[in-house]
Amino acid sequence: MTVDDRFNQDYREALEEPPLGSRNEVITGPVSDWATDFSHAEPEWAADPYPIQDELRQRCPIAHTERFGGGWLPTRYEDVAAIAYDTEHFSSRAIIMSNFRPPVELAPVGTAPPISSDPPFHHHARKLLLPAFTKSAVAKREAGTRAYCHALIDAMAGQDVVDAAADYAQHIPMRVIAEMLGFPPEDGPQFREFVENALEGINLPPEERFARSQQLFDYLLVQIREHVEHPRDDLTSYLIDAELDGNKLDPSHVAGTMALLLIAGIDTTWSAIGASLWHLAKTPADRERLVAEPALLPTAMEEFLRAYAPVTMARLVKQDMHWRGGDMKADDWVLLSFPAANRDPAQFDRAGEVVIDREVNRHVAFGLGIHRCVGSHLARMELRVALEVWLERFPDFSLADPAAVTWAAGQVRGPRTLPIRIG
Amino acid sequence: MKVRIDSERCQGHGRCYDLAPDLFGEDDEGYGQVIGEGIVPPDDERAARLAVSNCPERAIEIL
Repeated sequence: MTVDDRFNQDYREALEEPPLGSRNEVITGPVSDWATDFSHAEPEWAADPYPIQDELRQRCPIAHTERFGGGWLPTRYEDVAAIAYDTEHFSSRAIIMSNFRPPVELAPVGTAPPISSDPPFHHHARKLLLPAFTKSAVAKREAGTRAYCHALIDAMAGQDVVDAAADYAQHIPMRVIAEMLGFPPEDGPQFREFVENALEGINLPPEERFARSQQLFDYLLVQIREHVEHPRDDLTSYLIDAELDGNKLDPSHVAGTMALLLIAGIDTTWSAIGASLWHLAKTPADRERLVAEPALLPTAMEEFLRAYAPVTMARLVKQDMHWRGGDMKADDWVLLSFPAANRDPAQFDRAGEVVIDREVNRHVAFGLGIHRCVGSHLARMELRVALEVWLERFPDFSLADPAAVTWAAGQVRGPRTLPIRIG
Repeated sequence: MKVRIDSERCQGHGRCYDLAPDLFGEDDEGYGQVIGEGIVPPDDERAARLAVSNCPERAIEIL
């Protein structure tokens, strides 16, 4: 038996630090016109992006910005769908719109396969993950998730007001993904820092972002080495052993996929749980109806995913082209707003309303095409269980202080502070 | 009534087997599969239509 020495040395030593790529000037501050100067990093976008998206859809459905080195923001369902399906003209080499574009040589693998991968490599990297994330595979985690949700609520005993984002929503996906990867459950607070660095620091100088991302990869390397020594039945050991075309994965592929599962598994579901609780806390009629009709929850949950879709992705334009009225340049960003697509009146009746018994709901909260969220079945299980337990334990709750609610900025949007009165 | 999944379009969202579990199942990778011959008993026709109208990829056809 050969010893697995892929992770003995820090595989990153062979890389240039910080990596080559293109950087551009950081532009922050109030947006002058959302059609020509949009920025998803500004506070007004975080606070309430929907009126901005609705207005753009009417006036200028594919907005442009010079910020972040240049980018586009489609707001109609049909344009978002067309881009999601078009991997020939749009690359996933970078999926977080920031002031740094990784070098083109990174394609088709990217830094976090398969989300950062393009065809044909993408298919193989994705296929490795799919069996672990089917509906029946994640169903095995439901009982544990439910017990954990109850434990979080037990810990709130004696309080009249709790922070449903920080004390509840956040912890559920952290615990589940840590267990799936085989990380110590007490490392949760570090994960929060990794998530914020990856997703919310987009206007930091690229060198600082890079330094921060190294903390995540330092952590992952420790976990990988520990698993090489002591293999077990979890996703980390699975990725260490996995093969593509008869070869073990590159160490950067193993670590990149682990980074993806950790980051994408936490912030997104945390946001979906928080946004759903926020809606129910401020909408007594919907809350009362779900308490009275628990069987409606799976339908209502899809509506929360449509109306408050947490995730926006990004793409890079591959080559200069004229696309639906815009002169797109190679390496322009496209901010692929699934939330905006989900509120397009051309696709949804009463698009701006939350209709918890909406029966026809072809929403795209988990994306479309080959990059459909690999964790969607896991996210749905966590969201359903989190809401079921909350409604069972707190049938009557309300927003304690609407003005105190804060929302994450950037491409994953959900409540980060959510004071709810439970007593 | 009969249902069919276009496997070129299906991306494994799983809405069909969530909404019409008598008619659709998942394969080992989570892609949707028609159970048996895809013949829809009259009692399942509503569920079949729900699956069609909730598939984000428009991958299900009623024949």
